[in-house]
Amino acid sequence: MLALLPPLAFLPPLIVLCPLAAATILLLSAGRMPAPATRVLAAGAVGLAAVLTLWLAVRFLSAPPPTHRLDVVLWHWLRVGGFDARIAFTLDPLSLVMMLVVTGVGFLIHLYACGYMRGDPDVARFFACMTLFVAAMLVLVLSSDLLCLYVGWEGVGLCSYLLIGFWYAEAANGAAARKAFIVTRIGDAALLCGLLLLATRAGGLDITMLLQPGQPGGPVAEAAAALLLGGALAKSAQVPFQIWLPDAMAGPTPVSALIHAATMVTAGVYLIARLHPLFLAAPTIMAATAVLGLVTLLLAAGSALAQTDIKRILAFSTISQLGYMFLALGTGAWGAAIFHLVTHALFKALLFMAAGAVILRVHHQQDIFHMGGLGRAMPGVFAAFAAGAAALAGLPLVTAGFYSKEAILQQAWHASPLLWAGALLGAFLTALYISRCVFIVFLGPVRTAPTGRTEASMAIPLAGLSVLAITGGLIEMPDAIAPVHLLFRLLAPVLGPPPAEGGAEGGAGLLLLTGALAPLAGIAMAWVLWRPRAGTAAPAAGELARAARAGWGFDAAYGLLLVRPFLALGWLNRRDLFDRVPDLLAAATRWGAAVLGRMQDGRVRRYAGWIAAGTVAALCLAVRP
Amino acid sequence: MILNAPFLLFALVAVWATFMVVTRAVAIHALLYLVVALLALACIFDVLGAPFAAILEVIVYAGAIMVLFVFVVMMLNLGRPDRLRENTWITPRTWVGPGILAALLLAALADALAMAPPDGGPVVVIDTRQVGLALYGPYVLMVELASFLLLAGLVSAFRIGRHIRGEDAP
Amino acid sequence: MTAAPAQALLLASMLFALGLLGVLVRRNLLFMLMSIEIMLNAAALAFVAAGMRWHAADGQVMFLMILALAAAEAAVGLAILLRLHAAGRPTLDADTGNRLKG
Repeated sequence: MLALLPPLAFLPPLIVLCPLAAATILLLSAGRMPAPATRVLAAGAVGLAAVLTLWLAVRFLSAPPPTHRLDVVLWHWLRVGGFDARIAFTLDPLSLVMMLVVTGVGFLIHLYACGYMRGDPDVARFFACMTLFVAAMLVLVLSSDLLCLYVGWEGVGLCSYLLIGFWYAEAANGAAARKAFIVTRIGDAALLCGLLLLATRAGGLDITMLLQPGQPGGPVAEAAAALLLGGALAKSAQVPFQIWLPDAMAGPTPVSALIHAATMVTAGVYLIARLHPLFLAAPTIMAATAVLGLVTLLLAAGSALAQTDIKRILAFSTISQLGYMFLALGTGAWGAAIFHLVTHALFKALLFMAAGAVILRVHHQQDIFHMGGLGRAMPGVFAAFAAGAAALAGLPLVTAGFYSKEAILQQAWHASPLLWAGALLGAFLTALYISRCVFIVFLGPVRTAPTGRTEASMAIPLAGLSVLAITGGLIEMPDAIAPVHLLFRLLAPVLGPPPAEGGAEGGAGLLLLTGALAPLAGIAMAWVLWRPRAGTAAPAAGELARAARAGWGFDAAYGLLLVRPFLALGWLNRRDLFDRVPDLLAAATRWGAAVLGRMQDGRVRRYAGWIAAGTVAALCLAVRP
Repeated sequence: MILNAPFLLFALVAVWATFMVVTRAVAIHALLYLVVALLALACIFDVLGAPFAAILEVIVYAGAIMVLFVFVVMMLNLGRPDRLRENTWITPRTWVGPGILAALLLAALADALAMAPPDGGPVVVIDTRQVGLALYGPYVLMVELASFLLLAGLVSAFRIGRHIRGEDAP
Repeated sequence: MTAAPAQALLLASMLFALGLLGVLVRRNLLFMLMSIEIMLNAAALAFVAAGMRWHAADGQVMFLMILALAAAEAAVGLAILLRLHAAGRPTLDADTGNRLKG
């Protein structure tokens, strides 16, 4: 029986192949496939990938290889001089966790999308992009070569662009897609430069080789780390690149849930965690990561507090939570960052899908101030959204978000109390804005009457993720509550041993208590401010609220500082200076043609003259070479 | 360079007659000069030891082909206006470009003659028998080709000249 | 006389250059045809001179070929000339040949 099992090395490529094959079939079918077949193919492929991943995880964990990693070299991509790039996968605990998230959450979201996209004429294109995205993301997390990883990195960026602009008939969606693509492209360019720098220094991009101990530090290492950080910041929508993510909500809600909440935007976190020895060699970049993460988390939380569009609230919340992860990365808490990545993927996907269910029921109304009292009409969705919101807020003890956020707060305290204080303020704000959303949308008087009912294909993922969002944190707990360290111990071969929870037992307990009180305070304050009242609720007016709603003016500033000058430059160069050179060539050719053309004027004597001239020239050459 | 009196004489006649052909305004004068040139050339052939070629030059060239030209000139019915027109067409300016070109060609050819092979001893007369043997020996295929060429010339001349008066032209 | 091809070839070159001059200078097709005959003769002279130098009959064989070529050329050329004359171009101007039609 054991002999019949495929070797372990066979599984990772197979898992990547499942969604890739589905994407290929869907793309080649060009929309001629009936919609039910499309749904079955897409969800089935991703579901198969999820099942295979689970199986792989079971086999890998029950009998881990001695080095806790499994290398699968598919083929040599290019070998130029000393540079050698391979298409190769490495399965280790970190990529396994990422695979579980990508395929697991991905499958649930595909299932949800089957219901959400019902009736859309372009459902084949949608699922083709979605499955292609899953394949690219799997390549990203599995690659053992940074060049191969870059393929996945660009692949997810492409799918993101295609899916944000999915409803391309509206110009605004196309603009949002372009914005996302261009902003992340800036980071991609930085990442590429970083890769080239690493390749020139180390002679290759194999991750294992790059991370060997004893790599020289110094300015080159700092520069490489800074460039990699630039790529990660843009992909993960951190300050100063955060502006694309709120606009990316123009895409369908499953896209927001999968790409712009659960998986793609966490690629930056994964990249830094994967390459953390490079960052350890560059302390200033680490510090910059932490500070940028903190700034992002506070700014985005502030913006989320003033938004009126439910999806934009969640988008800013995503940026803010990614800020937590970067804060953790900056303080060296790789495990905590990955832990928060996992729990965030669970509860944010849940929140987006619940929000999508709400939006479908209230006729594509997205303004929370036109919703209200929906809790009575759709208790199931309310429960799911509440579970997600509680996890996001970090409701103590009973939610996943609490444990992951606690881990980050602990690390931040050890790194710098100032960072801890900022993170704590962020936790408070998080609880405040998501409670505001819950109270306004689900409680109080009904403003838009919901119709229809939520499909089973949408309800099942909601239920599943609700359970995970509540219990997902139990795999990793602080010592003060229970000494459970499943995740950190699993990741230890990759990310190093988990940091000891230093300090006295009492100090840790006090930290824990403070961390638990902040969300509670936020929820309480939200109740005071936005508890259900008679009469109409209205978004806050005032300068501060306006600035927060506009994302603190980053868009306007970039428009003024970058876009306008660029457009002006383009206007100045509208005749395209550089085209003049080829134009010159063309003019010379045309002139020459005119001159030569005059030889062909149809006069026999001229022809004879030219023949004679040519003969004389040839003769001169032949006689006196 | 060994100058041979008959050769030199005939060469001077040939060049002079040819120059007259190129410069005449009256077609029949030019034709007669051309006949003179061809006859001079025939004499040169004989001096060069090619009596068969010389006889053919007289019979076929100066005889048959030139008579063809004369017939055509007669059919064209040329007169005074044609002569005047020729004089207006040949202005001094029109000589400049072709003159330079022809001079260049002559210079290049003369220059090339510096590489001419050394003399081959006294002239040996190659008589008709030798020419005939060569013609129907190694060159028989070329004779066939020449016959094709003449046939083609015949057919096309017939086709072109068929409706010369335009009576039954389509 | 010794078989010295240089003089004969020089004469051939001169005749050829004169013929070329005629082709380029004259506008009347009849004179152009005559000039072409001169050029063909010059080429024939070159062949005969070469045959003299090598004491071979090949030169005269080639002369015969040129004779055939000249005959065919004269026949076709003169037929075209007559045709042009009959078709309303009595000037036989070669420079208006680019306006031929049909």
